[in-house]
Amino acid sequence: MNHHTYSKKKRPSFSNTMLILTILFLFVPLFVVTFFSFNSAKGMQWEHASLIWYKTLIFDSPSLWLAFRNSIIIALTSSVTATVLGSLAAIGITWYRFKGRSYITTISYLPMVLPEVIIGISMLIFFSSVKIRLGMFTIFVAHTTFNLPFVFMMVQARLDEFDYSTIEAARDLGANERQALVKVVIPAIMPAILSSFLMCTTMSLEDFVITFFVSGPGSGTLPLYVYSMIRYGVSPVINALSFVMILGTMLIAFTFRRFLKTAAASA
Amino acid sequence: MSVTIKQGEFFSLLGPSGCGKTTLLRIIAGFDYPDHGRVLFDNKDILPIPPDKRQSNTIFQTYALFPHLTVYENIAFPLRLRKLGKDEIDERVKHYVHMVQLDDHLYKKPSMLSGGQKQRVAIARALINEPSVLLLDEPLSALDAKLRQNLLVELDDIHDKVGITFIYVTHDQSEALGVSDRIAVMDKGKILQIGTPYEIYEAPATRFVAQFIGETNIFSCTVLSCEPFENEYMIVVDVPALGTTINVTDLEPQEVGSEFDFTVRPEKIRITLNPPRSTAAGLNVFKGVVEEPVYSGFQSKYYVKLDDIPTAPLMKAFKQHTVFLEDGPDIEWKDSVYLSWTAVDGYLVKDVDR
Repeated sequence: MNHHTYSKKKRPSFSNTMLILTILFLFVPLFVVTFFSFNSAKGMQWEHASLIWYKTLIFDSPSLWLAFRNSIIIALTSSVTATVLGSLAAIGITWYRFKGRSYITTISYLPMVLPEVIIGISMLIFFSSVKIRLGMFTIFVAHTTFNLPFVFMMVQARLDEFDYSTIEAARDLGANERQALVKVVIPAIMPAILSSFLMCTTMSLEDFVITFFVSGPGSGTLPLYVYSMIRYGVSPVINALSFVMILGTMLIAFTFRRFLKTAAASA
Repeated sequence: MSVTIKQGEFFSLLGPSGCGKTTLLRIIAGFDYPDHGRVLFDNKDILPIPPDKRQSNTIFQTYALFPHLTVYENIAFPLRLRKLGKDEIDERVKHYVHMVQLDDHLYKKPSMLSGGQKQRVAIARALINEPSVLLLDEPLSALDAKLRQNLLVELDDIHDKVGITFIYVTHDQSEALGVSDRIAVMDKGKILQIGTPYEIYEAPATRFVAQFIGETNIFSCTVLSCEPFENEYMIVVDVPALGTTINVTDLEPQEVGSEFDFTVRPEKIRITLNPPRSTAAGLNVFKGVVEEPVYSGFQSKYYVKLDDIPTAPLMKAFKQHTVFLEDGPDIEWKDSVYLSWTAVDGYLVKDVDR
């Protein structure tokens, strides 16, 4: 085949270089962290292989696990709430005509484009002015807020491709409004709903800036805890934690890809 | 306007896009609500009834299949809503799947089907509830020409089998003429004529109907004289565009001086190289030159420029090719020809827009 021989013979050297550089910058830091997590010494000097930091991580870091628990709770609750609200908002805005519809659409994108610091500060000011104590609840509210536009956008994109006459067909065939929603609309946009849920979870788990402003004592999430740890010098426990998280993320990413593939094949 | 559609009829709403035919169908289905007026079903006003409670089912132009369900689940959808037993659902789905010849595709998703197959699924899904009326909203317009013809014949066949009323919306006059019992021709939200395909084609009521259905030659004219002729009236009209008079018959006597449009179908015009030998009463004969011959296998279309009248529009005359040897000599580009048609083959129509 023609293009095959071409690609073998002559590869532009620029794109090759960029590819290698990208891979280097992306993965070398990860390898360094992984490498040192198996070091028995504290510093950047290699002594000998050991699992001591993993032992410390698992058995001797109660406050880390508390922060991890907080992160999971907030990621799940805020993602579920944002997914439900955002999906319903997308359905409502796509299919119902009402006054101020376009304004609501624009406003709902705001949390996505505003700098995180501004959202964080304004939320902090808001919560303290209405005297809500900072803690898990305020983090939950903040995460739901910044997750909403992503759900809204992803579900709306899916709805835009969705033929409205499909709903009319459901009504025509005997479904009432609620049945049309539950049996036709929601199953048809399920791939978008699920992927926006996963995206919410990821964003919630990794958020630092906004969480930093709205968290209270004892409610810190994992990113906040890691940050507070490195302020007193990098502990190799963090290296161990990083490797565990790299493994976990890769596992989730691969399962997600698998899931998306089957979803795409069935859609 | 008012339309009465009989039970079991194949009734078509025919008109150009934007004429209101789809809106009318959507009102009957329950998706749109009219500003005023009523929709009676068995003498009962159905306007307050939501679409899911009406006894009609719709086939959509875009098929509107449920993308997340298989062919089987799509067709079973209305029955599952009604919570019928598993065995009964299975039996009825299989019956209708067989009717639309999709037996081999039961467990495929819509995305794996061709356009024709998708529309078959939509047909089966709309019929399985055994509605009293089937509403079809340009169901074939997204398919290619060959498939359209086949599926149209199948639809007609299904209509004969299930015996329910079909209301068929289309902008394609050949579809409507081919399968309908009656056609309503619509334009700008109004119904211009309701009749059998034969009536609509052969006796168009208005200028619009004559022009929209098939092809035709049409000119404004004024009545010069009107005399009884056999069971009809022989009318002589003045046609300014042709700078001459034309003989035409009509069932009604028309007042001298009244204005009409004169129309004659191209296939009614004989095109010959020699002067016509016919001696029919009121034969119209014109002499001209072939400006544009269009050969299409079973027939040839000729666009003829009339002699002596430089401003006259081109006359269309179609010649059917039947028995090769009887077709006569070929008529070619720039040939001098005679156009002739009898008075009976022309019509006077009203231009309601004027």
